[in-house]
Amino acid sequence: MEPVRDSSPGALLEARGISKYFGAITALHNVNFHVAPGEVLGVVGDNGAGKSTLMKILSGLFAPSEGQLLFNGEPVRFSGPKEAQRRGIEMVYQDFALAGNLPIYENIYLGREPGRKLGPLTLVDHAKARRMAGEHLDRLHIHVKSVDQNAEDLSGGQRQAVAIARATAFDAKLVIMDEPTAALAIKEVGKVLDLIKSLKQHGVAVIIISHRMDDIFYCCDRVMALYQGSNFAEAPLDATHRNEVIGWIMGTKGHEEALAHDQLH
Amino acid sequence: MTNSTDQSEASGFNMAKFLETYGILIVVLVMMLVLAAIRPDVFLSAQNLTNILKQNASLALLALGMLVVIITAGIDLSVGSTMALSMVTIAIASRAGVPWPLVLLIGPAVGLAVGWVNGVGLTWLRLPHPFIMTLGTLNIARGLTFLVTDGAPVSGLQPEVRYLGQAYYDFGIFAPPAGLPASLIVVAACAIALWFFLTRTSMGRHIYAIGGNPHAARVSGINVDGVLVVVYMICGFFAGLAGLLLAGRTDSGFPNAGIGIELDAIAAVIIGGASFFGGRGTVLGVLAGVLIMGILRNGLNINNVSAFWQQILIGLVIIIAVYIDVLRRRASLRH
Ligand SMILES: Nc1ncnc2c1ncn2[C@@H]1O[C@H](COP(=O)(O)OP(=O)(O)OP(=O)(O)O)[C@@H](O)[C@H]1O
Ligand SMILES: [Mg+2]
Repeated sequence: MEPVRDSSPGALLEARGISKYFGAITALHNVNFHVAPGEVLGVVGDNGAGKSTLMKILSGLFAPSEGQLLFNGEPVRFSGPKEAQRRGIEMVYQDFALAGNLPIYENIYLGREPGRKLGPLTLVDHAKARRMAGEHLDRLHIHVKSVDQNAEDLSGGQRQAVAIARATAFDAKLVIMDEPTAALAIKEVGKVLDLIKSLKQHGVAVIIISHRMDDIFYCCDRVMALYQGSNFAEAPLDATHRNEVIGWIMGTKGHEEALAHDQLH
Repeated sequence: MTNSTDQSEASGFNMAKFLETYGILIVVLVMMLVLAAIRPDVFLSAQNLTNILKQNASLALLALGMLVVIITAGIDLSVGSTMALSMVTIAIASRAGVPWPLVLLIGPAVGLAVGWVNGVGLTWLRLPHPFIMTLGTLNIARGLTFLVTDGAPVSGLQPEVRYLGQAYYDFGIFAPPAGLPASLIVVAACAIALWFFLTRTSMGRHIYAIGGNPHAARVSGINVDGVLVVVYMICGFFAGLAGLLLAGRTDSGFPNAGIGIELDAIAAVIIGGASFFGGRGTVLGVLAGVLIMGILRNGLNINNVSAFWQQILIGLVIIIAVYIDVLRRRASLRH
C-alpha cells in the first residue's frame, strides 16, 4: 500500500489516486496531480493518454471512479460543472462547447446570466450582458464584429477566443485550457499565451494541455506527462528540456536527446 | 475598414434580420389579400374571421407547446391524445358536478401530468429519441381516453367550463355570431407569456442552448435533464389547455378528437421557421404558421375545394416553406 501523502503544501487543487473507467476502458489509473495558485502547469501526453478525461474530472463534468479531489486542502466532490465553477474552476473545452445558435454574449454568460432573480429563474438583462461581454472581450484584446454574432458564424479561432472569454469572465481561481491554441493562427497563439501569463500574474492557476512544445516552454512553470492513463513524469520547466518532454509523451525516459528527436520526425 | 462599409454591412444585416423575423407575416398578409380579392364578401366577413380564429385556437396552443419541444431538437407526438384526454376528463368531471373552478384546472393538470411522464421517461430511461417516448404516450393517452368514455362522446358541460372556448365579445359592433373570441385572448396571453419566457428568462435561453448544443449546455452548468422535463410539461400544459378550449367550443368530450393533430402542430411550427434540428424558432413564427394553415384551409373551404385537395395543398406548403428556408440559409452562408 502506498503511504498516504501529505497534502501538497499550498496546492489550490489536488487530485489523489484518481482512476476513471468507461465500462471496460481504463482512461485514468491512479493519477496524482496538484496545481498551486499563480502556477502554470503544462500537461502533455499522447492522443488518448487521458489528459482531457483528467481535466473533465477537475472541472466537475465527470465524477472519478476512484480517488479524491482536494480544493485548498479540503476534500471536495463535484456533482457537476456548476459546483466546480462555484469554487472558481473554469475550463476551456477542446471542442469549445459553444451553442452555435446563440450569440457570443449569451455563450459567455450561459448558465450565469446577469439579471434579476425570480425564484429559480433569472430575468436576463440582455443589454447588461452585451455590455459586459464587450468590455470583457476588449480586456482580452479579442476582436469580433459584434457580440450579437452567433457562435456558428465565427471562425475556429474566434470560437476558441469566445470559449476562453467564457472561462475568464468570472473571477476564476483555476483556468483549465484543453489545447487552447490548436485552432489558432500564430498571432492569436501569442495572445492566448500572454493571457495565460497575465492570469498567472493575477494569482490564477492555469493548466494548459498542449501538443506544442513552444506553448509549454513559453508559459509553463512545470510540466507533467501522462502516459496511457498514468502519471509518467513531471519536472519544473527549468529542470527539463524539449526533447526530454517529447520523450515522455512517447513513453520514454532518459533517452538520448537525439533519439527522442529522431522518433518524432 | 472604413465606416461606410461598416454601416452598409450593418444595414444589410438588419434587412436580413427584419425579413427573417417578419417575412412570414408578409406571407400571411398576402394570403389574406388574395382571398379577400377572390371572395371579398365571404372571406373578410366578421363571422368568417371569427371562425378562423376560433377554429385554430386549439391548434395554436398545441403548436406553441410543440415549438418549445422542437427548439430542444425534440418532438412530442402525444399532444393530440393529451388534448383529447384532457377534453374528456373535463367533460366527465363537469357532468359529475365537480365545481367549475376545479374543472377548469383539470385540463391543464392532465396535460402537465402527461408532459411530466414524457419528460421523466425520456430522461430517466435514456430513450434514444423523444419520438419513441411520446409515441408511447400518444397511444397510452388515447387508450385512456377511450377507456374512460367507453368510446362515446360526453356532452353537456357547465356554462363556466364552456366559456373560454365558446364566448366572444361583439362589443356591440359585430352581429352575432361574430366578435373577438375569448379563446383568442387565451392564445394571445399564452403566446406573450411564452415569448417572454423563451427570450427573457434564463431557462428560456437554456432551452435554446440545449437545442443548439446539449454538451455546451451541460458544461455551462445547466441541468439539461431538468430543463427537458419542464419543456415537456410546458408542451403538455398547452395541450391540456387546448383540450379545455375544444371542450368549450364543442360542448363535449369527444374521444376521437385531435387524432393526427400533432402533425398539424408540427407543420405549423416548421412552416413558422423553426428548425427541426433544434435551436431555432420563434413564437411569432409559430402563430404565423398556424394562421397560414388556418387561412389556407378556410380559403379552400369558402371556394369549395374538397378536403382531399386541401390536404395535398397543405403538404405542398410544408415542403415549400422548408425549401424557402433552406434557400435562405444557403444565401446567408454565402454572404
Ligand atoms: N466518454 C467516454 N467514453 C468512453 N471512453 C472514453 C470517453 N472519454 C474518453 N474515453 C477514452 O479515454 C481515453 C483517454 O481519452 P482522453 O480524451 O482523455 O485523451 P486525451 O489525452 O485528451 O487525447 P487527445 O490528445 O487526443 O485529446 C481514450 O482511450 C478514450 O477513448
Ligand atoms: Mg483531449
